[in-house]
Amino acid sequence: MPLFDSLYNFAMWLARNRDEAEDLVQETYAKALKGFSSFQPGTNFRAWMFRILRNAFLNSRTGLKMSHSAHLELEDDSPLMPVAEHTPESILLRQINHEALYRAIEQLPIVFREVLILRDVEEMNYQEVAEALSIPIGTVMSRLSRARRLLRDMLQDRGKESKHVV
Amino acid sequence: MSCERWEEKISAYIDSEVPADEIDALDAHLQSCAHCATEAFAQLKMKQLVSNTGKRYLPSREFREKVRRKTFGRAPARVAWRWWPAAALAVAMLIAIFIGIDYRRALIESDRKLAEIADLHVTALASAAPVDVVSSDRHTVKPWFEGRIPFSFNLPELQNTQFILLGGRVTYVNQLPGAHLLYQIRKHRISVYIFQDRPELGLPHTDGKVINTKSFHLESWADAGLRYYVIGDVGSEDLESLCHLLRSAARS
Repeated sequence: MPLFDSLYNFAMWLARNRDEAEDLVQETYAKALKGFSSFQPGTNFRAWMFRILRNAFLNSRTGLKMSHSAHLELEDDSPLMPVAEHTPESILLRQINHEALYRAIEQLPIVFREVLILRDVEEMNYQEVAEALSIPIGTVMSRLSRARRLLRDMLQDRGKESKHVV
Repeated sequence: MSCERWEEKISAYIDSEVPADEIDALDAHLQSCAHCATEAFAQLKMKQLVSNTGKRYLPSREFREKVRRKTFGRAPARVAWRWWPAAALAVAMLIAIFIGIDYRRALIESDRKLAEIADLHVTALASAAPVDVVSSDRHTVKPWFEGRIPFSFNLPELQNTQFILLGGRVTYVNQLPGAHLLYQIRKHRISVYIFQDRPELGLPHTDGKVINTKSFHLESWADAGLRYYVIGDVGSEDLESLCHLLRSAARS
């Protein structure tokens, strides 16, 4: 089951709970087998599997709760802040440890987190991400850009806080 | 076009998803605007970090076995004989898809590793100082590497060619030091990376074939204990002629 690890990783990033993630993966395989006749050969199988998992998540209690709060956060459609001036050294982000980055990704609103994981971790192209999430490519592009900016802002804020602590 | 318009495109740029008709203009902008080049570099770095950090969760062996058993292992108690051909066909299709995915993943893995060369190239171009030794003279650039990397190499004579040597610097892949030479032809810049041909390098080579990675042309080969990677946004003919010059110099 080659997609197993990827689906489980994605489920964990969505649900942030092992039991729920396992339920989601199990449900995904059951639905995939049951609905295999609806899969059109020649279309993207990977995106199809991820879409099943993501739909299962959206219909779960955690998913409903999260997507509701994510919509509220998305209503703030204020333009992105212009890029702050940084020296190359300051933006090298060399000092970011994985734990800090993990916490920051975890705190991203779900709509940004899912697009980031599918693109940067699963290395899907924009078309595949769009198919997996059932959203237009333009939305994939803008959410990714925003996700990366948000992530960096969160990490920079944490960096400032930790300096204050020191 | 102002920087604000380009900033929206930088995220797509580092994903190699900028439409073909905009890529040249964006390339040109990044070469002339330190602000956007810095932004591209920062986003690229962030993408690499997310890629590593995001592969965090692995399912337990028990859970894997449980799903495998439920999905493939348990036959229905009584299956009517007339359904066997359809069931066999469905299983065969699933197996074929999974094998296809495995094969595709192997190709993707190889592409992903070669994409590291593209990342090095982009990072160098985004840098305000892409080379540490600035010289078009190979007799200046080559000796500069002495004592900095644990091997030596030959550089080609560029007289009567359109190529210009811009300089070089030391680079690292998987903690192995290598030489990064930067060449220019017309307005395009081409990176040449030379490493010792060792398994720890962890990079495949294309056996002298030109491939496309992240919209760049890339050719690589192994020769006399060294591994060469040549990458740039030039046409494949220009890239191949620089590779030919490098191969000839290596054998001289």
